[in-house]
Amino acid sequence: MIRFALTMVAMLGVSAPVFAAVDIEEVTTPGGITAWLVEEDSVPFAALELRFLGGGALDRDGKRGAINLMTATLEEGAGDLDAQGFAIARDELAASFSFDVNRDSLTVSARFLTENRDEAMALLKLALTEPRFDDAAIERVREQILSGLRSDQNDPNTIAGQTLNALIYGDHPYATSLDGTLESVAALTRDDVVNAYGDVIVKDRVFVGATGDISAAELSTLLDELLGDLPSGGPPLPTTIDVATTGGITVETLNVPQSVALFGHSGIPRDDPDFFAAFVANEVFGGSGLSSRLSQEVREERGLTYGIGSYMVNFDHAHLMLGQFATSNDRVAEAIEVVLDEWGKIAADGVTEEELETAKTYLTGAYPLRFDSNAAIARILVGMQLDGLPIDYIETRNGKVEAVTLDDVKRVVKRLYRPDELRFVVVGQPEGLEGVN
Amino acid sequence: MRTAALALIASLFVAPLMAKANEVTSFELDNGMEVVVIENRRAPVVVHMVWYRVGAADEAPGVSGIAHFLEHLMFKATDELESGEFSEVVNRNGGSDNAFTAQDYTGYFQRIASDRLELVMSMEASRMDGLALVPGDIGPERDVILEERNQRVENDPGALISEQLRAAQYLNHGYAVPIIGWKHEMEELDLEDAMDFYLQHYGPNNAILVVAGDTDAEEVRALAEKYYGVIPANPNIVPRDRPAEPPQLAERRLEYSDPRIGNDYVIRTYLAPERDAGAQEQAAALTMLAEVLGGSQTTSVLAQKLQFEEQKSVYVAAWYSGMSLDDTTFGIANVPVPGTSLDDAEAALDQAIAEFLEEGIDLEKLARIRTQIRASEIYALDDAGGLARRYGAGLTSGLTIEDIEAWPDILQAVTEDDILDAARLVFDRRKAVTGHVRSEAPEEVTQ
Repeated sequence: MIRFALTMVAMLGVSAPVFAAVDIEEVTTPGGITAWLVEEDSVPFAALELRFLGGGALDRDGKRGAINLMTATLEEGAGDLDAQGFAIARDELAASFSFDVNRDSLTVSARFLTENRDEAMALLKLALTEPRFDDAAIERVREQILSGLRSDQNDPNTIAGQTLNALIYGDHPYATSLDGTLESVAALTRDDVVNAYGDVIVKDRVFVGATGDISAAELSTLLDELLGDLPSGGPPLPTTIDVATTGGITVETLNVPQSVALFGHSGIPRDDPDFFAAFVANEVFGGSGLSSRLSQEVREERGLTYGIGSYMVNFDHAHLMLGQFATSNDRVAEAIEVVLDEWGKIAADGVTEEELETAKTYLTGAYPLRFDSNAAIARILVGMQLDGLPIDYIETRNGKVEAVTLDDVKRVVKRLYRPDELRFVVVGQPEGLEGVN
Repeated sequence: MRTAALALIASLFVAPLMAKANEVTSFELDNGMEVVVIENRRAPVVVHMVWYRVGAADEAPGVSGIAHFLEHLMFKATDELESGEFSEVVNRNGGSDNAFTAQDYTGYFQRIASDRLELVMSMEASRMDGLALVPGDIGPERDVILEERNQRVENDPGALISEQLRAAQYLNHGYAVPIIGWKHEMEELDLEDAMDFYLQHYGPNNAILVVAGDTDAEEVRALAEKYYGVIPANPNIVPRDRPAEPPQLAERRLEYSDPRIGNDYVIRTYLAPERDAGAQEQAAALTMLAEVLGGSQTTSVLAQKLQFEEQKSVYVAAWYSGMSLDDTTFGIANVPVPGTSLDDAEAALDQAIAEFLEEGIDLEKLARIRTQIRASEIYALDDAGGLARRYGAGLTSGLTIEDIEAWPDILQAVTEDDILDAARLVFDRRKAVTGHVRSEAPEEVTQ
């Protein structure tokens, strides 16, 4: 691959879809559940995406990792089926369910054939409403999580992320990994898992997107059956944190030949009037493709890295401007200098007319390309709802990008790029680089 | 009730797949370039790919990594494009582009609005025979691939031992050498190496065009003739004839320790036959074998025996990929729970496989796997890009369109006996490499 897909930094908050051809219908069930649906009957299956708001940030005090352990155990036995029985039933239906949790939500992604939709949904309901959390299943999954944590202990990317999170989030739940630690996970009990389940899987915090071979009426019935028995409530959601950083470099020593650098400071909220100006500006600065300023200066001109990018990251309770790259220990100091220099330049001078137009053409042209599979569209539908976007957003989104002017960018770059506050975390054995706190 | 349920499921898939989802057409241009068109009108998007029948395993000794380095350099100037212009133009048109290098193929692709197909095709044709490298391209891009190696391999102990295992697995074939190259040889790659490889292997008569998405065969044929059809066949291109493996007679065992390893594990690969044109049955049996042994962390044979019954393992795996021009490998691995020695972990793995060969296969399990394979063909219709890769990889791995399309049925036809026969054939320790991977070197035994 010529280009490394940068995966360490979360995807941009603009998880919005696009296309005149994407016809979204809002479905409200008799039971009061709202879902967004794109009906598409060319292939006989459907994708269903559920997000339970709150996610890993809802771990109780001293129980870090409980929600993650619970999520990973949801599919390990439910109702009268043990882990084996559940997997067999699912495989016989050729359905797939995946359960995942991030700091803001717990995600259930399901894919099921039209011909056995009812049976597949009955099975998914079992996992969501009657998970067994058998001791043997918890122990097996716990060992798997612990083995992952042991591997992470020497993974430079994980260490970089954890170090930066600890620096910028203070005592907010975002400050620590929702995977927990070797100690916290080892100490979790079945009661902790059951509590985690009760805290997160609640009816009034679920958002739903569906795409594929299913009608609005069918979806409505399905959702009431699937989710109607869930309880309401849930503990309070975390508060929003104003991220504050100081400029400088934090070094974490690790015996690896290549240093990983992660850097950032606070960002701009999704609902900020200048969000789109910032979005376009960052496409010029550190966006996808090798033509961004960061890629040009750090990779193409100097060959310092395989991949570099910058990202506007909008979590539910914090807004960040982040970037990352990896380079040999003996060249990381040079790369940081280039990044800082570019960070200052764009803040002072904005972007050129040509850069602005190129970025707008790319962003508006790329938008429709996102809507090309049932699973992708279902994810986008849920993301739009979580971001509080209107149902016609897809039709208006490119207009918002088009409307960004040079003046808008010039105004927003001073807020978006602040070299004095830019904090670098470097993990490796960087040469000629002193930690500056 | 299990039996009745299975009968019901078997009947579920009789209905033919919706024809409107994907229609595949193929033809050949006069200069020898093959073309595959997969019509899928789901979104106004096309994926345009050119696959070359050349990969890392076709490199000459001493220039490992040149196939991949050339892939990077293909984004520099051509007779018609400036350096970097290809990607800039794709981006400016809302598209994305990238490329990949494997042992058997090198591919270039763009994903873009379907009304821009002609644009990307004209540019891709330009670099098929018009690459115009200059000395200044080499230095920074070579640094980039060295950083790529750092990122993918040097910083990852699991990747390092995988390279060593592969090098020990193949005694004579180029698959022994990593795709990205050995670091000391990458450092010496230069302009001449890249151009030699390009002039030797690139050209329409060594290329396959795959276009998937919102288009049809007629449109693609007209455009392909206009842009690719005018490029003369490259006379340097000859059929691939690589060194074959000799009989493998001696088991190989590797010990690797690296303080960065978080969990000790045992890994073993066996030399195994690949999918061959017109003869995919054995590969199909091995594909099913990998599914039966390790396809699920809950219900597979290895998971049941080692994670559930014995509770001695955190993670087990079995894998096989038949998509390969020459002999491939079948792999198994076992990550034991802490406190279990790797010798015990290896013995448990061998014991589990011996029991499996003795006990045979749970026919219900086999039926479930068949059901899932059938369903995966339905799910695959939702992914035009995935179908495009299936054809590109198949055709560059020595298969024909007929072989690729017959594969799902061949998988369905695999019987219990086929799987057990394939297992007995492939599980031959003389053809295997076993690695013990741990964070600390085992303590020396003092006499």
